[in-house]
Amino acid sequence: MRLVTHNMMSSNIKGVANGFPLLIEAAQVVEKEVDFNADFLKNIFARIEWKALVEASKTMGYSELLDNVESSMLDSEEFLRKFHHALLEIHLEEGALVCPETGRKFPITKGIPNMLLHEDECTVFVLTGHDLYHSCGTPGVLKALSIAVY
Amino acid sequence: MASRPELQAPPEIFYNDDEARKYTSSSRIMDIQAKLSERAVELLALPDDDVPRLLLDIGCGSGLSGETLTENGHHWVGLDISPSMLDIAVEREVEGDLLLADMGQGLGFRPGVIDGAISISAVQWLCNADKSSHEPRMRLRAFFGSLYRCLARGARAVLQVYPENLAQRELILGFAMRAGFSGGVVVDYPHSTKMRKEYLVLTCGSPSLSSVTPNGKGEDGESCSDEDDSGDEENQSVSVSDRNRPRKKHKLNKKVKGRDWVLRKKEQMRRKGNAVPLDTKYTARKRKARF
Ligand SMILES: C[S@@+](CC[C@H](N)C(=O)[O-])C[C@H]1O[C@@H](n2cnc3c(N)ncnc32)[C@H](O)[C@@H]1O
Repeated sequence: MRLVTHNMMSSNIKGVANGFPLLIEAAQVVEKEVDFNADFLKNIFARIEWKALVEASKTMGYSELLDNVESSMLDSEEFLRKFHHALLEIHLEEGALVCPETGRKFPITKGIPNMLLHEDECTVFVLTGHDLYHSCGTPGVLKALSIAVY
Repeated sequence: MASRPELQAPPEIFYNDDEARKYTSSSRIMDIQAKLSERAVELLALPDDDVPRLLLDIGCGSGLSGETLTENGHHWVGLDISPSMLDIAVEREVEGDLLLADMGQGLGFRPGVIDGAISISAVQWLCNADKSSHEPRMRLRAFFGSLYRCLARGARAVLQVYPENLAQRELILGFAMRAGFSGGVVVDYPHSTKMRKEYLVLTCGSPSLSSVTPNGKGEDGESCSDEDDSGDEENQSVSVSDRNRPRKKHKLNKKVKGRDWVLRKKEQMRRKGNAVPLDTKYTARKRKARF
């Protein structure tokens, strides 16, 4: 898993108000070269949570990113190269992601975080009449179904 | 005909090591999945500007669909519930990042950060209750709600699905609309049993801009190269069920905001100190209607 993905992910455990950023426990980090594309970086820059990227890349052993950045820096090739490296070329192979609020660990093996939730961690929706109408169309079963939650 | 896989076992059991390997070594399957993915990318209608995007592949399996995204120059994050399928994806060294995740539990991404999503032959799995705790409606709701949230405004999700019947298609589409998406179903080759394929083409927000559901293939004598269906005249027609249903609060904003307006807004945001993408010739450019 690369940091571009980490930067977009957020813990969706039931009741967690701020699941970003997931903390990183890095047991093994590998680097893989990726073709440099300035347009991609310029396009995604506004959606990157910079502080989280700086922290995450430090945890992974890369500390070349500046703490403070602004969009004018996107004109600098030197800046873009570092941004590119941090975002796309460092992979977390083994370790874990940790929910910042609950401390719940999501283990990573072979580069794949296991984000499966236990049943009691899933958000519970109370289905409304409208949901039920959509799915079955017969008001007769509404009552029975509206208590089915997980 | 074998019965539907969805009815045989939960996906993480059905797609075990054996099945995952069988699936990914069949050249017929590889070919079909590549075609479906290619069509999904076309329906995503990303701006024609050669800028790589960050896309999701939902139910990415062994990476067959994701490879099409890579070939089109995009970065992607794939998620799947089957560890065996993901193992093969790792073995095949796909370029995308992989997550072991259940779409029915909702997608764990920040709001508005993803440029688009595809899903090939996966979402119909949500209609089955595989555990006593599974309630398909709740899982559909969690899935579409979280998908809507993580997509950038105006972004599309194209989901190729195999609904078991009409009710299932309505169920899936209904929850997509409830989540706030506009769009509808595109049916390619509607009259051919073998080639018929359905795509939910969903647009996130701003229904006035780009949510017109495109036409299905098989129109105007366009030839269909698949030998399976050679000469079936009934293929040459289109069926599109367009369900643009903006939510109540959305006032349909007929007047599309122009480039000047966008530039002004971007300037305002910059003055506030926000990070705003650079102005280019693509800024506020009209989408091509190329279907
Ligand atoms: C027919 S395969 C398609 C795989 C890939 N998209 C392709 O085109 O080759 C369907 C995939 O959906 C996955 N799937 C089914 N239910 C899922 C769920 N709830 N969450 C995530 N993935 C799921 C299965 O594990 C399987 O890999």
